[in-house]
Amino acid sequence: MLARDWRAGELRVLALALFVAVTAISSVGFFADRVRQALTREAHQLLGGDLLLVSDHPWDASFRDEARARGLATADATTLISMARAGGGTQLVGVKAVSEGYPLRGKLRVAPAPNAPDAETRDVPAPGTVWVDERLVGALNVKPGEALELGDATLRIAAILTMEPDRGVQFFNIAPRVMMNRADVAATGLVQPGSRLSYSLFVAGERPLVEGFEAWAKGRLARGESIQGLSGARPEIRQALDRAQQFLGLTAMLAAILAAVAIGLSTRRYTQRHLDGYAVMRCLGASERRLFALFAWEFVLLAAVACAAGVLAGLGAQALLARIAAELMAAALPAPTVVPALQGFAAGFVLLLGFALPPLLQLKNVPAIRVIRREVGAPRQSVLGGYALGLAALAALLVWQAGDTKLGLYVIGGFTAAFVVFAGVAFVALRALASLSRFASLSWRYGLANLRRRSRANTVQILALSLGLTAILLLTFTRGDLVEAWRAKTPVDAPNRFVLNIQPDQREPVAKFFAANGLPAPEIYPMVRGRLTAINDRPVRVDDYENDRTRRLVEREFNLSYMADLPAHNRVVAGRWFGREDLERGALSVEEGIAKTLGIKTGDRLTWSVGDQTFTAPVTDLRGLDWDSMRVNFFVITTPKLLDGFPASFITSFNLPDSGAAAMNRLVGEFPNLTVVDMSAILRQALSIMEQVIRAVQFVFLFALAAGLLVLYAALLATQDERVQEAAVMRALGASRAQVASASRAEFFSLGFLAGLLASAGAVAIGYVLSVNVFQFPYHPDPWIWLAGPALGLVAVGLNAWAGTRAALRRPPIAALREA
Amino acid sequence: MQKNPDGAVVRATGLGKAVPNGDATLVILQDIGLEIMPREAVAILGASGSGKSTLLGLLAGLDTPSSGTVELDGADLFELDEDGRAALRKRLVGFVFQSFQLLPPLTAIENVMLPLELGGDPRAEEKARLMLERVGLGERLRHYPKYLSGGEQQRVALARAFVVEPKLLFADEPTGNLDAATGADVIDLLFELNAEQGTTLVLVTHDEALARRCNRQVRIAAGRIQS
Repeated sequence: MLARDWRAGELRVLALALFVAVTAISSVGFFADRVRQALTREAHQLLGGDLLLVSDHPWDASFRDEARARGLATADATTLISMARAGGGTQLVGVKAVSEGYPLRGKLRVAPAPNAPDAETRDVPAPGTVWVDERLVGALNVKPGEALELGDATLRIAAILTMEPDRGVQFFNIAPRVMMNRADVAATGLVQPGSRLSYSLFVAGERPLVEGFEAWAKGRLARGESIQGLSGARPEIRQALDRAQQFLGLTAMLAAILAAVAIGLSTRRYTQRHLDGYAVMRCLGASERRLFALFAWEFVLLAAVACAAGVLAGLGAQALLARIAAELMAAALPAPTVVPALQGFAAGFVLLLGFALPPLLQLKNVPAIRVIRREVGAPRQSVLGGYALGLAALAALLVWQAGDTKLGLYVIGGFTAAFVVFAGVAFVALRALASLSRFASLSWRYGLANLRRRSRANTVQILALSLGLTAILLLTFTRGDLVEAWRAKTPVDAPNRFVLNIQPDQREPVAKFFAANGLPAPEIYPMVRGRLTAINDRPVRVDDYENDRTRRLVEREFNLSYMADLPAHNRVVAGRWFGREDLERGALSVEEGIAKTLGIKTGDRLTWSVGDQTFTAPVTDLRGLDWDSMRVNFFVITTPKLLDGFPASFITSFNLPDSGAAAMNRLVGEFPNLTVVDMSAILRQALSIMEQVIRAVQFVFLFALAAGLLVLYAALLATQDERVQEAAVMRALGASRAQVASASRAEFFSLGFLAGLLASAGAVAIGYVLSVNVFQFPYHPDPWIWLAGPALGLVAVGLNAWAGTRAALRRPPIAALREA
Repeated sequence: MQKNPDGAVVRATGLGKAVPNGDATLVILQDIGLEIMPREAVAILGASGSGKSTLLGLLAGLDTPSSGTVELDGADLFELDEDGRAALRKRLVGFVFQSFQLLPPLTAIENVMLPLELGGDPRAEEKARLMLERVGLGERLRHYPKYLSGGEQQRVALARAFVVEPKLLFADEPTGNLDAATGADVIDLLFELNAEQGTTLVLVTHDEALARRCNRQVRIAAGRIQS
């Protein structure tokens, strides 16, 4: 029967829908999977490897051996702070001694001379040589080829170091970088008992291997040793990655929803076309069970073939996609995993069962009497109830695809709400429109009357159309708005330098230095290191927390600050900022994220130990802050009196224009104890990752868009038979082509306009929910969306109306009349 | 438009229809010549597959022939384009089909109004209502086809056909989908209306009794006129 139906062309539309659905899902899945892998790897560049182990003493050889035994690459780096000397001058430098192979992820870039064009290199400094920061060249007035003294060793400057991928991670690069070969460390004599050094062990390789090693190493860490995974990297980078994955997840989900709609619609059409055949077979004595089995097998067989073909096509499509993306994406994409293929296959079957089964089951209700009375046993228009199973399956699939329950549920909620609201509004609007038909011309009257007369069928159509359009708008306008909002979060004039370690008596002179050098007056914040020891008098113990990040937070010292006024770039999200009474008695303000992690609420009393003293104060508010702002942020702020007496250093951040490097050297020359951290490189890296993410999302989005257009086609194809038939009757009765076309245009125009308008409303609503609840940034919908929705609706139905009317008019009327 | 000198409403000359069938050509109709005079009632008789419905489609300009010509009221149908033929049908022709061919989204009265409105008749609704009352469906004006019995649907189709007072009525097995009693009622009504309006009737049927109610019987077998 499959072959017969196929020959008759009955299954082609359905198979195409399924094929395209699976192709869309799996190619989005494959590509998203690869992009996700690439993004993760890109972020690993910030670590210099897939995993970074840091210790305050040299790593035991067993770690390195174990990693190598597991087939992983390793590299070492030792960092320390020292003074470099050249030509009588001295300069505090951040020394990084690296082994061959460093960095395992990302690339170093070097230039032969200051201001010369730089290039990537796979090497590390040769023994006896160093690569230095351009800032050091200015500070010590040295140039490549000259000597630099480090401790007891004299090394030759071989190149200018312009890019160091993992610079952002360790907050240690306080001074110009000097990179040297690890073999020369002993000769410098800088490694002495008591000297502050940091030993990094970089590990990289295939993900499961890295994960295996991480698990192995975790259990063997001694005091002073830690593992920095991605979650240990800067929170702003982590946030960017999370959002990127959410965007990709969202895009994949929309493809799945669109596929469901397309499959439901094409099966309906299939069912309608098979009513007669089914009735005849019933008539000829086939049992209901046997017939159902016949159809079920046909569908399962079809699904298997279509899914397999879809997965293969998806694989091909994503390869093509990746090739296009490769031009724009700096990172080469890793090979796809097998998971998206399985996902695509499973998704195809879930969609088929969920959305093809309900209309197919209606065939069971077709009585044999239909052979005689054709009007008997037509499928009911409203089959929403029948799709309950399908919707549930789709929901599960979406959550699975999204890999994020919250995001999945939001989108499902959004679409369900849209479903109910759209259906209600469409039904009412159709009736209202039709009541206007009295005042319209003949064509419009027939078009509008058709809307009302087919109001249930049209409601289903508008629903499908507006859901498809909602997805498209969501991905064009809403995505654009969200991306804009995201981009705007890191403004061009964001601070790019942090100055640490400002002593209390240096505040005034530093501020004066800024003013004298034409730099904006810095906001200087006090910083006191303290450890959280108790929450509501209950001691805080590492073992009370399971989450790694929480454990790390509890273990380490917090940078506490104190101030009377709320920083302008912070906002109170719970409770209220310090009042007069609080300032008198002492109070705390805690960042909302860390409060959630540690389970702190307003009103809780926190005990801190600073140096050898402790103090306890209540939390009066929780603060929301924006890590992307690159400004100085504190997890915990106290009222000034609480920390007044403790030794504090001060910190500030500011935006240094590109021309200001010399001023920085003067600043460090004047205040040798200051440490200036250059954030611009980190910022550049973060921005470049965001750019890549945006591009990746755009590419993935093209696919969902294609799936959306297919839905529109399927939706309009669903009533094609009826329209061809009606056009033939009208033609037989003497209607001209123009009259038939015009009546159909009027109907389609209203349909498209209404669906588009609903889609605009839906996209704005979903975008709002997503931005506020998931991505957490303000959303300002582009007002053009209200024009774009209806316009898109008109274009979509316009093309279909044109194609449909053409099909209806091309055939001689007798052909359509005979088929009836 | 050329007036026909001898007054024939329908004139088919050398009419043939063949369709490709694999490598061969399947001849459905061959060399049909037929003249139908005003107010004549002609039955086209033939077994299933004899080509009688195809002939009706060609005579009404719903399909195009492989050879030959059809003149309706002196106008050569196939010299006109589709729209020209549609305009001619609007002016001259009414239809009754075996499967009724009512538009399901339209109510009974809207189905009857359709051809009047296509002609731009401002009194469409009034005329449609009167016509439906004439066929005995005055109580069911606002019913949709699916809520009407087969007999009632065919009455609506008759009302739709006669409401424009066509010069020529084509009926394709009008009782084919009805039981004998209902069919007889519908046929009685059809002949009544035909007589009232003086319409030329071309009726395709395989029912000899029904055919005998017409002035003339034309028999088709294997694509050719027999008598």
